[in-house]
Amino acid sequence: MIKNISNLGDAALYCDFGSEVNKEINSKVIRYFKSIQKENFDGVNNLTPSYNKLIISFDLRKKNFQTIKKLIENLNVTNDDELKTNRIKIPVCCDENFSLDIKRLEEKLKISRDKIYEKFFGKEFFCYMTGFIAGMPFLGDLENDLQAKRLETPRVKVPKGSVGLTEQFANVYTFESPGGWNIIGNTPKVIFDSTKENNPNLINPGDVVIFEQINKDQYYNINE
Amino acid sequence: MNKNYFEIKRAGINTTFQDQGRSNLYHIGIPFSGAMDNRNFQISNKLVGNEVNFPTIEFAFQGPLLKYFGENINFAITGDVKFIIRKKSNAIEGNCYQSFTLENGDELDIISTNKSVYGYLAVSGEFEVNYQWSSCSVNTKANIGANNGKKIEDGQKIYISNINKNLSDKKLNYINTKIENIRVIQGTNFDYFSDEGKKIIFEKEFVISKLSDRMGMRLEGPKIENIVDTNIKSEGLLKGVIQVPADGNPIIMLSDHGTIGGYPKIGVVISADYDKLVQLTPGSKIKFKKVELADAETLFKLYDLETQNLISQI
Repeated sequence: MIKNISNLGDAALYCDFGSEVNKEINSKVIRYFKSIQKENFDGVNNLTPSYNKLIISFDLRKKNFQTIKKLIENLNVTNDDELKTNRIKIPVCCDENFSLDIKRLEEKLKISRDKIYEKFFGKEFFCYMTGFIAGMPFLGDLENDLQAKRLETPRVKVPKGSVGLTEQFANVYTFESPGGWNIIGNTPKVIFDSTKENNPNLINPGDVVIFEQINKDQYYNINE
Repeated sequence: MNKNYFEIKRAGINTTFQDQGRSNLYHIGIPFSGAMDNRNFQISNKLVGNEVNFPTIEFAFQGPLLKYFGENINFAITGDVKFIIRKKSNAIEGNCYQSFTLENGDELDIISTNKSVYGYLAVSGEFEVNYQWSSCSVNTKANIGANNGKKIEDGQKIYISNINKNLSDKKLNYINTKIENIRVIQGTNFDYFSDEGKKIIFEKEFVISKLSDRMGMRLEGPKIENIVDTNIKSEGLLKGVIQVPADGNPIIMLSDHGTIGGYPKIGVVISADYDKLVQLTPGSKIKFKKVELADAETLFKLYDLETQNLISQI
């Protein structure tokens, strides 16, 4: 299932599952990721699944590229039906203080904000991966007519909780961070909680996410 | 019981608690963090009789000024650092790689790092810090680790417990050497760059930008031309990965890096050279040399052996 395995530097395996971004390829990545996690190989010290790649980092004191490559080639990969995934609802308020780029999107996409919201809310999104900053979910896919490029000049500070769109993807900023996604609203929900060491992320790869629109009162009533 | 503590009179520029860092969290977006210069971190602990992975205070450029209250304690500083111990009656200029004793009321003034970035302060006791995922290492981006995931600030107190009463002086003869070139393995997107770009990366000098921190090191110099695509589908990153964004200026990922990124990877700094890389100061020149995987593996074995030898000499 892995198309090609190469080395990324001297302490990581770069597993290439293809060049397209789709649920099918990403599910393969996630299956490998979960299977390796379960094996708990000595010397493997990090796994990074993404759209269509899996990077396996190891401790060069204990293992090297060849030994890890063999382990992966002989891996017993988990079947589809063993994957446990969750459906998660994320409330989002699109008050003008939160929907920082809605005007820009109206102009770029040439559709009204009501239409944008109609096409965005209530739809099922698939979580391809989490990361960049702690807990940030990369969700897809947006319909063609909601796909816009990043801001020409990224914001220095995107507020925590911001929900952003870019190309075929949506995400949630789990921390205040620099960023260039088109912000359409904000969620009061805690997406990353570092005090929950066993499971700090609300959304994990493979999960299904549904955004629900709330008003300002509802937003401030959700105290997380 | 009397508390032993440092009062922070001046925090310094980027002073944080660091240990060996935390692993197996890339998939949720949390990098290793940990001491930038692992060799100097481990040596500092050994000089005060600690396990090598105990929490230390890492500082960059200007270090902290700390006033000590409590029973006698040993400390050691590693790196290339100028510091002064001020006692009631006199002041002593300290040496790195040597343990010294602090008495109640003494001040330790870590003035600056010399032609290097990071230094480490270890004490013969345990800093009272909180751990997350088995590490105290501070990640200021996600507010994870000791001190609520924040830098050490002016005026705060740092408590120390379990002071080792059996204080013996320790010393190591060691000088931080510079290496001429930083060695690099070709990256997974090497073919995204023009023939000229492929030459430039291994033949020309770059200058380290001021916009460098624990997350990344930005380089300036000849532009590296991309002939395929200036973006890739976002994928995992590692410390040492050299990305080249559309502007053609390379960025090297360091210990607090974002866990995924979408710029093509032209190369990866080998593990053996990482400690030396992070010590290069903004404004200084850097040149890369291409090596193969097998060479990188051997070079790391040698580097690690040398580190172990240094530690066992203490």
